[in-house]
Amino acid sequence: MSVKNLIIIGGGPAGLAAAKSAYDAGERDILILEREDKLGGILNQCIHNGFGLHTFKEELTGPEYAARYIDEVLKRGIEYKLGTTVLSIDKNKRVTCANETDGLQVYEAKAIILACGCRERPRGAINIAGCRTAGIFSAGTAQKLINIDGYMPGKEVVILGSGDIGLIMARRMTFQGAKVKAVVELMPYSSGLNRNIVQCLNDFDIPLMFSHTVVNIKGKGRVSSVVIAKVDEKLVPIKGTEQEIKCDTLLLSVGLLPENELSKMADVKLSPVTGGAIVDDDMMTETDGIFACGNVLHVHDLVDFVSEESEWAGKRAAAYIRGEKTSGDKVAIDAKDGVRYVVPQFVGRNGDETLRLKMRVGNVYKDVKLCVVCDGEEVYAKKCRIVSPGEMETITLNEKQTRALKNCKEAVVCLKAVK
Amino acid sequence: MKEIIIIGAGVIGCSIARELSRYDAKITVIERENDVACGTTKANSGVVHGGFDAKPGSKKAFYNVRGNAMFDKLSKELDFPFRRNGAYVLCFDDTKWDGLKKLYDQGIANGVRDVKVVTGDEVRQREPYVSEEVKGALWCPSSGIVSPYEMTIAYAENAVANGVEFVFEKNVERLEKDGDKMKVVCEDGEVYTADLVVNAAGLHSDDLNNTICDKKYRIVPRKGEYMLLDKTSGYLTSTTLFQLPTAMGKGILVVPSVHGNILLGPTAVDIEDKECKDTTYDGLAEAFDKARITMPSLTKKTVITQFTGLRAHADAGDFVIGFAADDLPLYNLIGIESPGLTAAPAIAVDASEEIADYLALSFNKKFNPVRKGIPCFATMTESERAEIIKKNPLYGRIVCRCEVVTEGEIVDSINRPVGAKDLDGVKRRTRAGMGRCQSGFCSERVMEIIARERGIDMTEVTKSGKGSEILVGRVE
Repeated sequence: MSVKNLIIIGGGPAGLAAAKSAYDAGERDILILEREDKLGGILNQCIHNGFGLHTFKEELTGPEYAARYIDEVLKRGIEYKLGTTVLSIDKNKRVTCANETDGLQVYEAKAIILACGCRERPRGAINIAGCRTAGIFSAGTAQKLINIDGYMPGKEVVILGSGDIGLIMARRMTFQGAKVKAVVELMPYSSGLNRNIVQCLNDFDIPLMFSHTVVNIKGKGRVSSVVIAKVDEKLVPIKGTEQEIKCDTLLLSVGLLPENELSKMADVKLSPVTGGAIVDDDMMTETDGIFACGNVLHVHDLVDFVSEESEWAGKRAAAYIRGEKTSGDKVAIDAKDGVRYVVPQFVGRNGDETLRLKMRVGNVYKDVKLCVVCDGEEVYAKKCRIVSPGEMETITLNEKQTRALKNCKEAVVCLKAVK
Repeated sequence: MKEIIIIGAGVIGCSIARELSRYDAKITVIERENDVACGTTKANSGVVHGGFDAKPGSKKAFYNVRGNAMFDKLSKELDFPFRRNGAYVLCFDDTKWDGLKKLYDQGIANGVRDVKVVTGDEVRQREPYVSEEVKGALWCPSSGIVSPYEMTIAYAENAVANGVEFVFEKNVERLEKDGDKMKVVCEDGEVYTADLVVNAAGLHSDDLNNTICDKKYRIVPRKGEYMLLDKTSGYLTSTTLFQLPTAMGKGILVVPSVHGNILLGPTAVDIEDKECKDTTYDGLAEAFDKARITMPSLTKKTVITQFTGLRAHADAGDFVIGFAADDLPLYNLIGIESPGLTAAPAIAVDASEEIADYLALSFNKKFNPVRKGIPCFATMTESERAEIIKKNPLYGRIVCRCEVVTEGEIVDSINRPVGAKDLDGVKRRTRAGMGRCQSGFCSERVMEIIARERGIDMTEVTKSGKGSEILVGRVE
């Protein structure tokens, strides 16, 4: 059994940023546990550019963005272990992990930061009927096969779901000579970034079919075609609208799920909406000393926001280890009227750092304002020409607004129509 | 030495191969697919039935009850997962008590121990998520659950340890008489000669019999669709929940798996195509909707996969077990549908004794009944985990995070006798890829390990047999 002040689970963008800022806040006893053989997480397979516009004011590829943070971690001499899988954590912050060289290791930590990212929703979770042959991949798996291993998963492709990875993969596979026949989206809108629809589909004349889904997958051994159909307002396929598309590959980009298997072991309370932990403005979960940031907390649209959130979590975890605990009294922030969720879900009444709230809306809305309402009084409003579920919204409160929120009884984040 | 050929490597073929390996004979199992347990054996409810369901006096009833009683010892001997979890047959209608009574009487007549009729409240006391609409139930404590493919793999591995040989990817076309012997003619032109042939060809056992015998059989594939729930739903029931058959049909099961998942299904539709393994939109909806009659709180949120199984339903109604009527050295096992999995251990014992008598075989003095499975990292204690990584560092590399499967287990599954050849083979032996992400993260790593261990190229790695290659080539 070894003792560590801070254990960070995951060496992707969230874990790296958290480690860097915890170090800069004075914490020196840090250990990052990463299951892959390389730091950087999912960024390593995202070889397209568009990362870092907010953080570095320039366009980087995923590996370039990761390298910046990896450099910061190496420069500070922060300890990390690769090829190491965390097997369990508990609410007393006992961490068990394993790798090839050290065998089974047990640590006791003063604080843990969960930075384990998310996973892709698989075919089974969306109940697509049909065969169970080769040729069905989640978009991220296909991305890894192409960009990391150098293998093509298919030649004629249909993509279900217009999440960002699906859109990126439509372009990537086209570059490699595959024919992407259609991107099929169940909803009447995309869950991906608008810029990706333009750059990855429109520029290559790949059709994006809204309000459609895959109702059957055909093939023996390997996929030979998929059948798609229109859906009604209740998202139920409409009989008679089926069309068969010949293809050898179906990619699924049907949503990401925060990976909270470890969190559950430590009794971390999860939000049924985000799938991630419920946290306060320190990014601390309801289990004392366990923090969460990045995609394990809620799925982000841009890595820049992951880094920012995680740097804050690292800083606050360092403060927690020093014993600067915020008092127990907290105010809950409710998400209402078109806002699906807001993170953090609770705000401590003490502390004077200004607040940043992150949220997603439940549908596409035009000409609205995003409001923070405290005890019935609108303390903040931001006008938006359009908001959509694919893009995360951020509210930055000033000192006065922060104080109003911390002192109120009932706080609500909501959308209001603008005339 | 006498030569025996067993056609089909499902649970029936493999269990007979293992029981026959108690005798001195040259035994070969010929299988069309590239692995054991690829047909009906791999896709069913995994229930070890109590034995109240079959008609008294039938072979189904006889072998069900005898087979059931063998599972405790057998699962230890061959190291496969089995649990005696008990089963309820739920009655939702106060006027249908005679239906339960009939099952109870059948159970008593068949020799099923400790069956009793209980009230709905008694059911809910044990299983609180069962519907308030349940008025009563038949309780059968001897009912169990097993992993059907792991059981079959265990049988096959033990058979190989005792001298049996397996030939895979060999499709038998027909049987011919050759004096006192039998000729097995394969699709690729290869011909085997044997003193006796065992027809354990499952869905195709009728076709195989019909190539040579005057007495014809007909098997109708009965399709059943299932949904599998994540282990996080495992709390929903620890016992097997049947629905009392009504005019509306046979009912849908809600049953735990030995690994802690929950299975909903199967539907029952007679079809023509013996190769059809597709799920359908309507079939899955039916499985789910009917399962909700048993458990109204079920949601689709934790569904992780769906599959289809085909039962080998013979028009004869009962199991066909024994020598073909035409005085041929052919031993038939036809129409071994439910409760075939439960019955398999007992059928295998009887069939192999009959065959040994017929061929006047002597005992194999070196027979070893014990087989050890792959050490399972996921279920080990911390100290066991520490120990095994020290012995084999590959156990320190977790490949499948959802099911906590290590590289050590995957390498073992490929290299042991009757080893895994592809992704599905590894999955059935180790559970890598069977969890909530359904192999999204680990498939690429498992493919690399398969390629490395088998000395093949990544592009040659398949999902399940020829024609299911996963990659189409290299990135240029």
